[in-house]
Amino acid sequence: MSDLHAHSTSYVRQSMLPETDPPTAETGVIKWLRENLFSSWLNAVLTFISLYVLYLVVSAILPWLLNSVWNAGSLSECREILAARGLTGHDGACFGVIKDRWHQLMFGFYPPELYWRPILSFIIFLLAVMPVLFQSIPRQTLILTALSPFVLVWLIWGGSLWLPLLIALGFVLGFVAYRMLEGVNGILASLGAIIVPILFWFYALGPLAETLSSIIPLEIRSIKSSDIGGFFLAIIIGVAGIVLSLPLGILLALGRQSDLFILSKFSVIFIEVIRGVPLIVWLLTASLLLNYFLPPGTNFDLTLRVIIMVTLFSSAYIAEVVRGGLAALPKGQYEAGDALGLDYTKSMRLIVLPQALKISIPGIVNSFIGLFKDTTLVLFIGLLDPIGFTNAIRASTDWNGVYWELFLFVGVVFFIFCFSMGRYSLYLEKKLQREHR
Amino acid sequence: MKNTVILGAMTVAGLVAGTAHADTLGDVTDRGSLNCGVTTGLVGFAAPDANGVWTGFDVGVCRAVAAAVLGDSNAVNFVPTTGQTRFTALASGEIDMLARNTTWTFSRDTDLAFEFVGVNYYDGQGFMIPSELGVSSAKELDGATVCIQTGTTTELNLADFFRTNNISYEPVPIETNAEAQQQYLAGACDVYTTDASGLAATRATFENPGDHVLLPEIISKEPLGPLVRHGDNEWGDIVRWTLNALISAEELGVTSANVGELAGAAGDNPEINRLLGTEGELGSYIGLDADWAARAIGVGGNYGELFEDNIGENTPIGLARGLNAQWTDGGLLYSPPFR
Repeated sequence: MSDLHAHSTSYVRQSMLPETDPPTAETGVIKWLRENLFSSWLNAVLTFISLYVLYLVVSAILPWLLNSVWNAGSLSECREILAARGLTGHDGACFGVIKDRWHQLMFGFYPPELYWRPILSFIIFLLAVMPVLFQSIPRQTLILTALSPFVLVWLIWGGSLWLPLLIALGFVLGFVAYRMLEGVNGILASLGAIIVPILFWFYALGPLAETLSSIIPLEIRSIKSSDIGGFFLAIIIGVAGIVLSLPLGILLALGRQSDLFILSKFSVIFIEVIRGVPLIVWLLTASLLLNYFLPPGTNFDLTLRVIIMVTLFSSAYIAEVVRGGLAALPKGQYEAGDALGLDYTKSMRLIVLPQALKISIPGIVNSFIGLFKDTTLVLFIGLLDPIGFTNAIRASTDWNGVYWELFLFVGVVFFIFCFSMGRYSLYLEKKLQREHR
Repeated sequence: MKNTVILGAMTVAGLVAGTAHADTLGDVTDRGSLNCGVTTGLVGFAAPDANGVWTGFDVGVCRAVAAAVLGDSNAVNFVPTTGQTRFTALASGEIDMLARNTTWTFSRDTDLAFEFVGVNYYDGQGFMIPSELGVSSAKELDGATVCIQTGTTTELNLADFFRTNNISYEPVPIETNAEAQQQYLAGACDVYTTDASGLAATRATFENPGDHVLLPEIISKEPLGPLVRHGDNEWGDIVRWTLNALISAEELGVTSANVGELAGAAGDNPEINRLLGTEGELGSYIGLDADWAARAIGVGGNYGELFEDNIGENTPIGLARGLNAQWTDGGLLYSPPFR
């Protein structure tokens, strides 16, 4: 080959030139700046304007944050400390309120000597969701995850352990009934799985719980729902809503697609009615209207009512998101399931839902983030969530007049939760990506 | 499928057997605690402190009733209620009484079927204005911008006042008191109007309270008092006479300091004796024991002490007694006699 070239070209370099650095304008920071910030005169002007705006914002906020006072028992004490430094009350944040009311913002009125219970339940919750979130953890641990809600309820609200255990037993009985009747008839099995636990809970649960606790009393101090507040309440409502609304939403989505007339119409009506009315209206319904409908003197826990409403509301949205995923699947996938001779449950479980849910992940997580933030709406029915507490804290003479510090703190905590959920959704999407491997 | 089951189970678990409605006293005694509706937080009237203990002027009434009925001023479940939820909470039996700076009006007393047992604070709508504007009367406010909470009676009162005085104003609608403070301090409005007690509490939080004045005009009547449901007059009597006991105690000079001594043995003043149960059997008429009033007074003191500790001139809120002085001092507080 080189011979040929020797004939056709007059000069061939014999030695390799040493590598030189790329031009300064094409490397490192300068290249990045040129390409991203100053690629044209318009962009350069916009860059400078943005920098100026950024400077204005930061120069206004940063001194306020840097001059903040953390050790003060009241707003006037804060102002005195700031005045001693030669500053006015507007020059420094008074984060002393966060320190002073930290426990209240976190746990509400939960008895201080029992703070270990919410903390422990939070840890248990984190451990219990791990197998659900990450595939690499052994699948057997899912059994513990399934048991954890009952333990968590017991830890948070206290009382006798037998009650949550017996409620869990009801589910087991339902499963057993399903298995036993499965051979006879599919519909009969489903009915059995619903009726057996309900009968058990209605008639056997109370006496059984009493007998068992009289033999082995597994009791811890019970806590009223009204003592639960702050971020603890927001997390309880948010997590319960998320955990309960996902399966309910999936069932509704399948129901809406179903060929069974009553089932599909019921799902459609449920979804449209729940979705068509603002959440705040449902919350007010839960807190006000239910009081009139229920028999007088009935004491139906307000937090529980809120959790139910939030769950129903969220499940309608989840149902629509999942329906989007189901609709995006090619018809061939459904037919493939049928062709393989799978029954409805199996074809849904093994073929359709895994694909549909994967498509729906961003939408589902989006709904969950919205749900978690919407928990602050309970403020309007008198529950003391973090935002409710900002009001209650301001109502003490010590802290009347504190605004930004409290709202900033609440905002930052909510951001941490929502941002983590968003990141997890991105991780999951990347992991489940199959198309472009 | 399974989730319907969960929901059903939770509904059942949440339902606790109903109790008879008419016997509130019996319910409270059985329960061992009083369910008292308060605000979700209003300076001086009801707020939880750093330890979660509720304090305030309205809270004091709840505690006095709990002490009278149950003998324990801490046997109270404070149920925070909002402006929207308060009346339903009371009507449905979720709370036994409401002490949530609620104005006694005709429609609330009759149409909503509640019974206001008395007045524990005579309030009225006032105006706050920066002193540098040099305004000394609300009638000089022609053309002023006014921060006003929307959807409240204060909005209607304001419109009435300016119309009767034939002057104009420009409303700046705001949603909450917190927002109002920010708007007013930022100069978005010249004047802030709401209940006078609220104005005083708001002004107390300013960095320089002296730069703002409350105008002398009070343009509405806002008698605030505790209330109970229609249909249980015995319970209404207990709450009413507990409030009256606190008011009478101030008039008669019974304080938290000397109530123990005065209740120990009958003294010279027969009315004090009847009030504190050392003479006669007034307590048994309302289904309580003889010491009920002494216990109620022992919690936070008489009306005057409650006032001074929570909202009086020595607190940051610094409200003068004004209309809320005893009738003997030119105020409106006038308890019927204990006889």
